[in-house]
Amino acid sequence: MLSQKEIRSSFSKNEIINRRVFLLAAAKIVLFGGMTYRLFNLQISDREKYLLLSDKNRLREWKTPPQRGIITDYFNNVIAENDRVFQLHVNLEEVKDFNNLIVRLKTILNLNNNNLRYIYKKVSKLKPWDTLVVSDNLTWEQFSRLNLYLHELQGAEPVLSSARNYPYDKDLVHVVGYVGEASAKDIMSNEKIQSNYVPGLKVGKSGLEKSLEGDLIGRYGIKRYEVNAYGKRISQINQVESIKGKKVTTTIDVECQQLAQNLLKGQSGSICAMDIYTGEIIAMASSPTYDPNKFTHGINIKDWNEIKNNPLKPLINKSLAGLYSPGSIIKPLVALAALEFDIIKPNMTVKCEEVIELYGQKYHCWKKKGHGFMRLRNAIKQSCDIYFYEVARLLGVDRLSILAKRYGLGSKVLGDLYIDEKIGIVPSTKWKLENLGLPWYLGETIITGIGQGYIQSTPLQLCLMTAQLANGGYKIKPQIILDDELNYEDIRSMIKLDLEKYNLSSNPKKLIELNKDILQEQNIELYKPMYRNPENVKFVLEAMFASTNELYGTSFNSRHEDEKYQFAGKTGTSQVRRITEAEREADLKISEIEYKNRDHALYVAFAPYKDPRYAISVLIEHGGSGSKVAAPIANKFIKKIIDRHKFREFKRIKVNDLA
Amino acid sequence: MLRQRLYTSQYSFFDKLKSIDYFLVFLILILAAISFMVMYSIDGGKIAYYTKNHFIRFSVFFVLFLFLSFVRIRFWFISSYIFYLIILAMLVMVFYFGVTASGSQRWINLYFINIQPSELMKIAIIICFARYYHRMQSADLQNFKNIFLPLVLLTIPCIFVVAQPDLGTAILIAISGIFVMWIAGLNIKYFVYTGIMLLVSTPFIISLLKPYQKLRILTFFNPERDPLGAGYQIIQSKIAIGSGGFFGKGFLKGTQSYLEFLPEKHTDFIFTLYAEEFGFIGCLFLLLIYILLIYRIVRIGFLSRSFFAKLYCFGFSAAIFAYIFVNMSMVLGIVPIVGSPLPILSYGGSSMLTIMIGFAIVMSCKIYNTDQIS
Repeated sequence: MLSQKEIRSSFSKNEIINRRVFLLAAAKIVLFGGMTYRLFNLQISDREKYLLLSDKNRLREWKTPPQRGIITDYFNNVIAENDRVFQLHVNLEEVKDFNNLIVRLKTILNLNNNNLRYIYKKVSKLKPWDTLVVSDNLTWEQFSRLNLYLHELQGAEPVLSSARNYPYDKDLVHVVGYVGEASAKDIMSNEKIQSNYVPGLKVGKSGLEKSLEGDLIGRYGIKRYEVNAYGKRISQINQVESIKGKKVTTTIDVECQQLAQNLLKGQSGSICAMDIYTGEIIAMASSPTYDPNKFTHGINIKDWNEIKNNPLKPLINKSLAGLYSPGSIIKPLVALAALEFDIIKPNMTVKCEEVIELYGQKYHCWKKKGHGFMRLRNAIKQSCDIYFYEVARLLGVDRLSILAKRYGLGSKVLGDLYIDEKIGIVPSTKWKLENLGLPWYLGETIITGIGQGYIQSTPLQLCLMTAQLANGGYKIKPQIILDDELNYEDIRSMIKLDLEKYNLSSNPKKLIELNKDILQEQNIELYKPMYRNPENVKFVLEAMFASTNELYGTSFNSRHEDEKYQFAGKTGTSQVRRITEAEREADLKISEIEYKNRDHALYVAFAPYKDPRYAISVLIEHGGSGSKVAAPIANKFIKKIIDRHKFREFKRIKVNDLA
Repeated sequence: MLRQRLYTSQYSFFDKLKSIDYFLVFLILILAAISFMVMYSIDGGKIAYYTKNHFIRFSVFFVLFLFLSFVRIRFWFISSYIFYLIILAMLVMVFYFGVTASGSQRWINLYFINIQPSELMKIAIIICFARYYHRMQSADLQNFKNIFLPLVLLTIPCIFVVAQPDLGTAILIAISGIFVMWIAGLNIKYFVYTGIMLLVSTPFIISLLKPYQKLRILTFFNPERDPLGAGYQIIQSKIAIGSGGFFGKGFLKGTQSYLEFLPEKHTDFIFTLYAEEFGFIGCLFLLLIYILLIYRIVRIGFLSRSFFAKLYCFGFSAAIFAYIFVNMSMVLGIVPIVGSPLPILSYGGSSMLTIMIGFAIVMSCKIYNTDQIS
């Protein structure tokens, strides 16, 4: 039994307890309310924010590399394509212990110390959020081993990518160029590279690969993945396909190009061939050459040094970056200029006695004892210097320069397609004053007449010049990228019709009169005549025929008897330095002169003579003699071109039909 | 004799069955069902490790709960001090022979299960204090020497638990004890003084903390300080909860938790996973269940005659509230991370055992609510 005191006490105790419990209950409600409020905050008010964060956590985007456009020749033979390669990328942000990772990779991939050094060097240049490309060309073995151990290698990412491959390696490099890893400069300078940049991206470094980067690069794709907290990909959410780069078709014929490179083997030089109506470049070879495949994955030091230290300079594209005095090649143009400006008549006679003197300077002809009495046709045929000194003297360098520029010298042949293309020099009195600050001397005029002195041209320019003479004196546009719209038939008929009008006209002399304005004209429209009198052009062409196919012509020994292959051309021997009197006396054979002092050997021609279609130019650096060295090469090359003609026509007709 | 003490009483078995609070049982079962669903989700949509173990544990302990509910409340009263001492002894044993896991020495190995005595202490202290204050007159309450003993009884186990180290559980034990003291009628002023003292000595206490505990406090105030290290859990938890939205991402679709952004999701962060999958509406539902649970316990307290039963029930309700509140606040980023499981929902044998025993005693209070204990 409880006492009164106890009962009372228990009541008050009860009260106290009850009161406190109520207080506690109230507190609980308040706190629960607080929690609800907080939940509300997170889940309702700030929901968007957290949803975004949760997605940021778990979704990752990867850029997939774009597929580079392929490059083909005229006949769709692939000259630049993409091979599948296995690569290893490392996402630096996800790597906990970089050194540890590298140690693991060393064993897995069998890397040597050099490789490791290179990797560390690369990493030091990267930012912490960048991706390191450990290797852009793993073997299948390495790749499969990598995948086996992938779960231990946090941050490592095997990538299936593609790398540029050049099936014709050395033969096309001077046309197509090569690719290499995109440098900071590349990324800065080209917006398309910038926007498409993925780690390990290869971009064009030279040639068409570089100039047509915008078309070739395509567009990157995107892969979206869901990842877990370790960055491991769980599932693919969606994918945007990468866009392939545009296919580029060149006008080059791989077979002709290969023959050209072969003919140049072991020497430094160039061979170019062009269609005289469409301007399509059939071949553009330069020697020595190198293998662009070596650059795709980064060239090793040994190979690079080999290329760099080769005294014949393989990296220079002689066809459009080599500047040479045209030598006697210029003579047909000089003759044409003189005829056009009415300075001389074909029957002008000059006696060549091997040397003339002007203001105390001696100027020689190449032929010992001289040519004797010469007229224009013969002077071209036998390439008499003395005759052309006279012609040049009468013509003057300024008038010559007008015509030279018109026929393609002194400006880029292929526009912006080759950043290393040189412009060359066509001297004039104005030019000398502006560029050298000196007045012009007559002595310089006359040596310009034989293609020496300040005048400089590239072999491709000489080819163009020959082409524009061979088609009758009409302006054409050289192409190395195939233009489907270009129609040979149309151009040919345009030119033919234009020439016909002289035959059909009752008063051709009047027509020629009307052409007078052309003389001073610098800019002539495409496929329009660049001559005043078509007969002048005909004359020069005929003289070139004689030079090749008549006895005593300078390239007579290299002629083709067969009409199918018969060509007309002009030899050229370009001096590299002044020959002293003493040396002249010595009259050394080519083999006795040191290599770097020998003259360059040049030759230009067009074929087939009956109905010309192609123009070519050949250059052999330090070849010694145009007729002995360059012309025989031209003979072989022209045969190939003519033989390939029917295939080309067949393809062309198909192409034109579709266009 | 023991038999008589245990369960012989004037009621028939049938009567006892009638007086079971079935609603409470129902609420427990709902919570269990929810926990199974969540475990299933953790297992990745199949019945594996977590689901199986949790189910087995719950089933076993639920049966235990049913049996123990029929034990007379008197028994608990009599054995409360003994109970306390046994658990204290176990704590000491842990200190010397304990099994270590995750850097803390908290378990005793009993062949096929490991027991965490600190969890059991949470209940033991309530029973102990309930008995202590059962007889006490309200006048004697404020007597200093009558406060001294409970404080000692409270502090000793806390020290052992803190030494494990397990600050979280120690705090919960302390809170449980203090709640009973409060409910029993201890004068407010003691609490106020203690509170002030605590506040003043906070810097001193902080300096005593281990580095990781200090770090926890710092990152609590600014989780972004160390988003990949200490602040990681809080940030991830908030992201997961927040991204659940109103309806949640759907059962089995908790991406944050599933994708391993959330560590400890089966224990401390179970609520986060639940919130991510079932959203605001799911959370409200869970809160409702818990509120009802606590309400039932408090109701049983009011229905009980003896102070012991009342004190126990009210104390237990406050304790359960504390566990829920601490866990949810931790997960929501309101309170620094301490490591405290959510009742029934969290995976963990000792926690489940403790809760079930706790409920068993509550149920016993209900069945024998007319018992007077002298």
